[in-house]
Amino acid sequence: MNTVSISVAPAAASSAGMNTRRVIGAYIAEARSECLRYMRAPGFMLPIILFPTMFYLLFGIVMGRSAGADTTRYLLVSYGVFGVMSPGLFGFGVSLALERDGGLLTYKRALPMPPGAYLLGKMLMAMVAAAMVILLLLAMGLALGHVPLSWQQAALLLLTGVLGVLPFCALGMLVGTLIKGQGAPGMLNLVYLPMSFLSGLWIPLNMLPKLLQQIAPLWPSYHLHQLGLAASGMEHGSVIRHSAVLLGFAAIFFLIAVRRLRRYG
Amino acid sequence: MPISSDVVARLDGVEKRYNGVTALDGVNLLLQRGELLAVLGPNGAGKSTSIGLLLGLMRPDRGQVELFGLDPQRIDARRRIGVMLQTAMLPPTLRVGELLRLVASYYPQPRPLEESAALAGIGDLLNRPYGKLSGGQQRRVQFALALCGRPELVFLDEPTVGMDIDARRKLWNAMRTLVAEGCSVVLTSHYLEEAEALAQRVIVMAKGRVLSEGSVDALRAQVPLTRIRCATDLDPAAVSAWPQVTSVEREGARLLINTSEPENVLRRLLDADAGLGALEVQRAGLAEAFTELTREEGEQQEAA
Repeated sequence: MNTVSISVAPAAASSAGMNTRRVIGAYIAEARSECLRYMRAPGFMLPIILFPTMFYLLFGIVMGRSAGADTTRYLLVSYGVFGVMSPGLFGFGVSLALERDGGLLTYKRALPMPPGAYLLGKMLMAMVAAAMVILLLLAMGLALGHVPLSWQQAALLLLTGVLGVLPFCALGMLVGTLIKGQGAPGMLNLVYLPMSFLSGLWIPLNMLPKLLQQIAPLWPSYHLHQLGLAASGMEHGSVIRHSAVLLGFAAIFFLIAVRRLRRYG
Repeated sequence: MPISSDVVARLDGVEKRYNGVTALDGVNLLLQRGELLAVLGPNGAGKSTSIGLLLGLMRPDRGQVELFGLDPQRIDARRRIGVMLQTAMLPPTLRVGELLRLVASYYPQPRPLEESAALAGIGDLLNRPYGKLSGGQQRRVQFALALCGRPELVFLDEPTVGMDIDARRKLWNAMRTLVAEGCSVVLTSHYLEEAEALAQRVIVMAKGRVLSEGSVDALRAQVPLTRIRCATDLDPAAVSAWPQVTSVEREGARLLINTSEPENVLRRLLDADAGLGALEVQRAGLAEAFTELTREEGEQQEAA
């Protein structure tokens, strides 16, 4: 970490002796702290890990065994998406709401933290948590549920989960800018649980009323579910269209949230 | 306009309003290199707003704010400052050493971890989670975070709130070390003895304006009060009618007289009561000066 002056970009030269290596180091330190602090907080990690795995164990593996391998595979994706949503929504939303309230965000803005490091750190933390949830579900599905899944499909599902957390980070961030402090978890549950239900994550969509099936494409989780099903070889819908919709959701939520953060702090 | 490189921070004719309420009303402030400036004033005086502007947390409605001649929102300007805010709930699960390493990573040439810890007196806390520390210990950690980047200017907003006397004195010594290194310090405080013990220059603010600015002695001289205490039978009402007597109070057998001309009042006191005893004469401290300044302000406002 010694100060070796590198004369590359003019931007690096203008930033008061802060070379590129140290700037990258600051991004890494921020992301590392963000991951560490949440991995050490059982109040945050336990619900994220336990809810999807317990549900999958109960409804997917124990009760779904008689229904056949396709059901356990379908439910693996459903609970995977359910599990991926929460680190995005809660990791971003609750922490942002609390940190706006407790003064940590103000403190970080006063410090010379490189731009975006705060949000990037939280994003990375949510991606790591999402990967842990998917890996746990995969291990359970393959070992206990004997889900017929190739290694490629499993890897694709993991990738879907790790990237699929991002639109929910953006949504959580938006809610975190709308609500300050302790009110955020309740509000986020009001988003999380109905949206999971309406996207067919608990009960397959074709068993829901016609109206709910028709409005399902309104919810980002519906599109992530379709992508997950495609990754595990169960659906052959348009991967590009669903990805584009998710990207659009993420961009809109993110832009509104950033605007609000700039304006109201 | 070229600005001397010895000016590290500047507010120039700054106005700031929140929802129609004026928080700052034409504030000028100049901070020199290596200077320790104390900003005093009651709640709502505009101290925190002034600091928030200098940290780039908000923009002024009118006037100019500069940090090292730059816009405070530029990261190159903020890389030269350290901050300790009044309320900042740091992540409770991170250890003290991890917090120090994190904040130090934002700066180009930070202090070694051990040096920051030793300066703030937290060498024994490095492996403890932040959330498990006492209030005073947390404040010391926040102080270490403020100085870990080897800043040229440190903002300390009410740094010693919640500290016992011993811890406060240690922090004062650490601040003196910083100033001796050539670092400038802006300190807001409720504790007047803190300003008295540390500051070279004191600014008193109230209602968004700077009421007085100068050395601690100059501030005292601005309210040239002396307090006389003595045991006497004289009637307080009669004494308060004497020239240059500001106020008289009776405290049991004693009289408490505030005056701007102690010599004359003393002479007359001794003449009037031959049995006068237990005489004490004391110049007003910063506390009295401060109360006097902000009280006058309040009365003027009421009269207006």
